[in-house]
Amino acid sequence: MSGYFEIENLNVGFKTFEGEKNVLDIDSLVLDKGETFGIVGESGAGKTVLALTILRLLSTPPAVIRSGSINFNGENLLQKTEKEMRRIRGRKISMIFQDPMSTLNPVFTVGEQIVRVFMNNKKLSRKEAAKEALSMIDMVKLPDAGNIMGKYPHELSGGQRQRIVIAIALSCGAEFLIADEPTRNLDVTIQAGILKLVAELQRELGVTVLFIANNLGLVSVICNRVAILHEGRIIETGKAREVLRGSRHPYTHTLLNAVPGGSVERVLPGVLMPGGEKGTSGEGCRYYSRCPERQDICRARVPDPGEISGTHTVACHRAFKGGEAGAKEYSGS
Amino acid sequence: MTKSLGIIKSIKPRIREVRLSLHLLGRNRLTRLSLGVVILLILTALVSPFIVPHPEHIEKETNPVDKLQPPSGKYFFGTDELGRDIFSRVIYGTRISLKTALVAVGLALIIGIPLGAIAGATGGLVDEVIMRITDIFLSFPPLLLAIAIAAFLGPSLENAMLAIAVSWWPWYTRLIRGQAVSIKERQFVKAARAIGTPPIRIIFGHIVPNCIAPVIVQASMDIGGVILTIASLSFLGLGAQSPTPEWGLMVSTSRNYFLNAWWYSIFPGLAIFITVLVFNLLGDGLREILDPRTRKI
Amino acid sequence: MKSFIAKRIILGMLVLFGVVLITFVLTRVIPSNPAAQWVGHRATLEQIKAAEIELGLDKPLYVQLGKYLADLSRGDLGRSLRSHQPVSAELKAYLPATVELVLVSTIVAMFIGIPLGVASAKRKDQMVDHISRFFSVGAVSLPTFWVGMFLQLIFYRWLEIFPLGDQLSMGIKLTRDIPHITGFLLFDSLITGDFVVFKDALAHIILPGITIALYPIGLVARMTRSALLEILDEDYIRAARSYGLPERMVLWSYALKNSLGPTATVVALSIGYTLVNTFLVEAIFSWPGIGSYISSAVISLDYPAIMGVTIFSACAYVVLNLVADVIIALDPRVRV
Repeated sequence: MSGYFEIENLNVGFKTFEGEKNVLDIDSLVLDKGETFGIVGESGAGKTVLALTILRLLSTPPAVIRSGSINFNGENLLQKTEKEMRRIRGRKISMIFQDPMSTLNPVFTVGEQIVRVFMNNKKLSRKEAAKEALSMIDMVKLPDAGNIMGKYPHELSGGQRQRIVIAIALSCGAEFLIADEPTRNLDVTIQAGILKLVAELQRELGVTVLFIANNLGLVSVICNRVAILHEGRIIETGKAREVLRGSRHPYTHTLLNAVPGGSVERVLPGVLMPGGEKGTSGEGCRYYSRCPERQDICRARVPDPGEISGTHTVACHRAFKGGEAGAKEYSGS
Repeated sequence: MTKSLGIIKSIKPRIREVRLSLHLLGRNRLTRLSLGVVILLILTALVSPFIVPHPEHIEKETNPVDKLQPPSGKYFFGTDELGRDIFSRVIYGTRISLKTALVAVGLALIIGIPLGAIAGATGGLVDEVIMRITDIFLSFPPLLLAIAIAAFLGPSLENAMLAIAVSWWPWYTRLIRGQAVSIKERQFVKAARAIGTPPIRIIFGHIVPNCIAPVIVQASMDIGGVILTIASLSFLGLGAQSPTPEWGLMVSTSRNYFLNAWWYSIFPGLAIFITVLVFNLLGDGLREILDPRTRKI
Repeated sequence: MKSFIAKRIILGMLVLFGVVLITFVLTRVIPSNPAAQWVGHRATLEQIKAAEIELGLDKPLYVQLGKYLADLSRGDLGRSLRSHQPVSAELKAYLPATVELVLVSTIVAMFIGIPLGVASAKRKDQMVDHISRFFSVGAVSLPTFWVGMFLQLIFYRWLEIFPLGDQLSMGIKLTRDIPHITGFLLFDSLITGDFVVFKDALAHIILPGITIALYPIGLVARMTRSALLEILDEDYIRAARSYGLPERMVLWSYALKNSLGPTATVVALSIGYTLVNTFLVEAIFSWPGIGSYISSAVISLDYPAIMGVTIFSACAYVVLNLVADVIIALDPRVRV
């Protein structure tokens, strides 16, 4: 593995008046340069927290980064000063946020918003920045760039806005792009266009993409590898095909079984059975209370991730003890 | 089984709510401190006639021999132009300020609550008319309406209270209307209507009791502002009249003497400031604790 | 947007009418004997009789209201009981000094209150925030009139830095030609280059200015803080940070421009408070404005004067809020 982007032993908690809650507990997550890596999990699994932690945009408090390292190009992001981080944000690592409706500042024209980022990050004059902005809008395949520049966000459609957001995120040559559910609040018909755009830009610009979503099916379309996040922990990681076809974790099965497209959100009522408090216990498998195939050991000990193949890792006691879960193969419908 | 589960579900978040509030109150030192001072002030108001060193100076009696004396062991806060003990008068003033503020807010509630409940529960034209009237009252600059009303009623402490109530009620009407609008859609109100309960009984028997809590909380937060308004009216000559030991009036009369007798204006003014401050701090703290949006976890 | 503004203006007119209606009720209905009230306590029986006819109290209430409105629309606020001059003329004479004081105080309140609120929001729950919040609660709890006297005691009596009151020193008033263009002393003396008068006027406005500004400073700081905290929680702020924009730009441009609406409201409210505070403070500083005018009117129960100031201030306040609402309507988000 190259050391391009590595997360190790990352532990993030949230302070509440009832004590600290674990929200993120990642032993290891490695990305290769130029790949598109998917993170899939239900709401509240810690996906957005992960994204914000990488960019160091998490509000602390209430959040606390308790331990770990995030190495990017050999430098630990968690040890950067705020000033150093500012030089990394936008220029090296950039992010597309979930909701294009609220990601754009409502009182500035979209042109102004792109221009400002150019002027700030590349020290361009306003005129040069405007030229660059126009070419960015062309790049995200919005017709009539000049006209769009002068519009306020509320005058654009959701899809148009998300394209603008992508343009801003990529405008200053970021080589690492975090896409936090960029299609979540868009119509299905527009989703495909945005996905295609992200994939194309990834190929053209050679950026590395960390693609966060709640939908395994969707992620597998554009990602080489995926990780499944459940209550702050990565419970399964592997090539998209391996996870989709040969998952060894009961939770992944539930994700895939429930809905043909594999969307978690729509499964929620069924999956979120009344059970233990979320994210409180330090001991045992966090899926224990909801797991259809639980054993006693699952309550007692957190399952360590184990390799199924060189690329496929699962954290489940059943996966290796010759249990049924391990043998079960999921065949997509 | 399912029913009991439902009850547990509805109680659990409430218990959590109360625990969170208590936790926040316990953590907020300033709020706790101001709560302590407020309680102290209330106690002072209750017992002030019996504890002041010179009760004879509160109303009529004068003491020209000792006029405009600086603070000393005999007169902690000095004396005024008639030789009266300022300390006794300031302490007794607590009683006057708290009492008038309570009465003024109470009157405002008596006007505001029924109007708001009727507006919210009835809707339609009645609602529209009542709410436009509150809009008009609220579009006067603060204090101005109270000044005008007090002037036309004639200067006295009672009229000042009335003037404040008349300019203050629209806030409560607005608040309670909002509550009433949502409560009138609830099952128990619909049920009462279905069995033919007369509208007045529905409004005062079912709706008002269920939306009064936030209004009472708001009213208690307003006490500080009302005390300040009373002092301001008295300062202008539109509130308490001599020889009542009202703080605003005392500051007002001290105007002719304070450049050479600093204690005369300082102590009554400080009394107003501290009283208003602790009520406002308490109100601010309560708002912070009770408002889910500003709550810090 | 146009229809929104039009609607708002019509609503404003309605409110104005309501305000006038309330003042009418105050003057004609509440007092048991309005005519006696109107001419004052020391009036003779004939004067009361004359007032009854002058006020048209023998006519039905709606006719009285009609006449009242007609008088108002001509700017006729009646005659002062003390000077027997038209109240409107007196208001005109006293107004510039008050407007100057209100403007200076409001500007001071903005320049101190807004940064205080921003600092508070930026470092929420840190020392700066606690101090600034305590200060703002303190500022709105202070009896303004007492603060004025307190400042006089310190800066006039003890330190002897600032004058006790009035707009100018007696010596300067007597020996110099006071420039009179707009009626705002500071402004007039500045544009005519009369720095002696300017310096003297500045020294005179500082104490009353600070006294009056304190309450709005607290108010502005509190409202800025809460508006900004809400905005800082928005995605677009987090997004702006993720593009590597400097915190300065995020806070002062991205966030603050979004608080335009709340700010306009704050300015209007703040002017309302400073205006009313002048009623309490001007007399202490012998400031020749409508505040001094109303407080002496209150003492001698000069009802036409009290009513004149009330109607004028209420109307000014309604118009001010109208302007604030129109500014808010210029926000692109409202532009539907």
